Amino acid sequence: MSPPTQYKGLVASAGLARGPVFVVEAPAVSSSGTSFSAEELQGALLSASTQLSELMGSASGEAAEILEFQWAMLEDESLSEGALAQCASGVSADVAWSTAMQQHIEDYEQSDNAYFQARSSDLRDIRDRVLRALHGTEIRQVPPGAVVAAQDLTPSRFLETDWQAGGGVVLTEGSPASHVAMLARARGVPMLVGVSELNLADLSEGTEVLLDADAALLNVEPDAEALAGFSQKLSLQEAQMAAGTALLDQPAVSADGVRVQVLLNIALPEEVRTINPDHCDGIGLMRSEFLFNDGPPSEEQQYQAYRVLLEWAQGQPVVVRTLDAGGDKPIPGLNLPSESNPFLGVRGLRWSLKNPEVFRVQVRALCRAAVHGALKVMVPMITHPSEFDEAQQLFQEVARELEATQVPHRLPPLGMMIEVPAAALAPELFAQAEFFSIGSNDLVQYLTASARDLSSVAELCDPGHPAVLKVIRELTRFCESSGQELSLCGDMGSDPRYIEALLHAGVRVLSIAPARLGATKLAIRNIRAQP
Amino acid sequence: MTEELISWDVQDTVEITHAVGLHARPSVKFTKCAKQFQARVEIASEAAGPWIDAKSIVKVMGAKMPQGTLLQLRAQGADAQEAVRSLVDLVNSDFEEAKDVSSNAV
Repeated sequence: MSPPTQYKGLVASAGLARGPVFVVEAPAVSSSGTSFSAEELQGALLSASTQLSELMGSASGEAAEILEFQWAMLEDESLSEGALAQCASGVSADVAWSTAMQQHIEDYEQSDNAYFQARSSDLRDIRDRVLRALHGTEIRQVPPGAVVAAQDLTPSRFLETDWQAGGGVVLTEGSPASHVAMLARARGVPMLVGVSELNLADLSEGTEVLLDADAALLNVEPDAEALAGFSQKLSLQEAQMAAGTALLDQPAVSADGVRVQVLLNIALPEEVRTINPDHCDGIGLMRSEFLFNDGPPSEEQQYQAYRVLLEWAQGQPVVVRTLDAGGDKPIPGLNLPSESNPFLGVRGLRWSLKNPEVFRVQVRALCRAAVHGALKVMVPMITHPSEFDEAQQLFQEVARELEATQVPHRLPPLGMMIEVPAAALAPELFAQAEFFSIGSNDLVQYLTASARDLSSVAELCDPGHPAVLKVIRELTRFCESSGQELSLCGDMGSDPRYIEALLHAGVRVLSIAPARLGATKLAIRNIRAQP
Repeated sequence: MTEELISWDVQDTVEITHAVGLHARPSVKFTKCAKQFQARVEIASEAAGPWIDAKSIVKVMGAKMPQGTLLQLRAQGADAQEAVRSLVDLVNSDFEEAKDVSSNAV
């Protein structure tokens, strides 16, 4: 039986892409009987090292530091001496290298420190790069406009790829809540994950495929009819994009004249570089945990990152969410508990309050950065008012400490995320919070009791469930009387299927992925905010 | 590692205060700094050893020294004094990551 031509997946980032398929596979140790010598291994080590130093030259910031680390490891003779000794006793170099690296990898995996554990992925990267060089399968640059197919994709590989010319991603595994999915949404790169039926080996590289990440479909052998239909859809989308782009410098106003504030969700300060601050109403969510990707950043590094955003925003609000560790977000260097049910465990502010030595550094950096603009801070995963009080006390304490040492600072307005149903249903308990932001991704998973990282329950984890809108409606009513600001910062806010319902429920402030800005303004323009 | 009969010219200790210890970024800086010197330099997390080559990032990272480790250093050679001083300074500066705030430290 021939493999099917259409595959279904989960939408991680909406959009359409048509292009040659490009398979990214992890290299395997050859069992073909080809034997490699010690000299060939040395050649492969050298060429892997050259590749890394070339990559370092074109990278910056954190990416460059990760590459430099890998390069330094590779340059160190003690990494390969075991493998070379094995070669001398007749073992094929690829087997010797893989075995030797496996020991290093396991050694890191067994560390009880999460940061060192996370480095095992760097060692895997190094191992694979050398194997590729040995087998003569160099790491291949993704051609512009290609649809990348892989089991899973690392955030660094995603960032290395040039998406200017379009293209998309199809993963047989993965989750819409992963880091790489978040990056894809931020860049507007269409991505399907969990396409489990797809066998990467069946794909013939270079053939044109159709990725419809609006309908969650991948067509690997489109016929004339499919191509025509897709072209039509694509040109419609392009026209909408163009219309959205034309609206970028306009405020978001609904068909019945209601002004809606549209702010941006971002992960790293670099993301705003190419965005004109006049095109949005500020930053509604800065996911500060991304600053922790290579271990906890120092106070100064954090201060600089927040300051860059505040200076970019030119007086518009910048809402930074304090470290949201845990759940599906392992963070290198932080001791996160291993729990059977991490989404219901020590995550978000729960973790920060238990680890004041890490949290305090962030609070200091935030208070110092606050003098550079309209900084607001919100804390994630609040369940009980005592947690908010504790966070607020820490901010006050840090402000006094900075005052005493005459360090310029300001106490930023402190608000909270509404993600936990207990907080969503009893907002009156949180009178101290200066503002609320609905984290719809988590609120939806908790209301529907469907983990957002499980593809098997993805259909139940539905923002369109009437219970979700009912809770949001109640919240907007409550805030109208309490006077507390309310915004929504989940993916729901930029999904054309839900914007109308959100406006009808009384939401007037949305925070969305930068790539969705034009399309969201366009969608708002075409709907009536009043039901 | 077999203990050779070496008379070490300099020995010192310094506490690792960096939040995750000698991790990737600090290890790169540490071994780079050590390699600038001719001296043979070794480090350990305890005076009793095991001592490892301070110029090998594979070994320095592999030692997985967390925050709070009292890092032991020893060096032998013409520039041993300078090597140890530079490395101690580097650790004390939190690997130059928080250099600009040190004056504000409480």
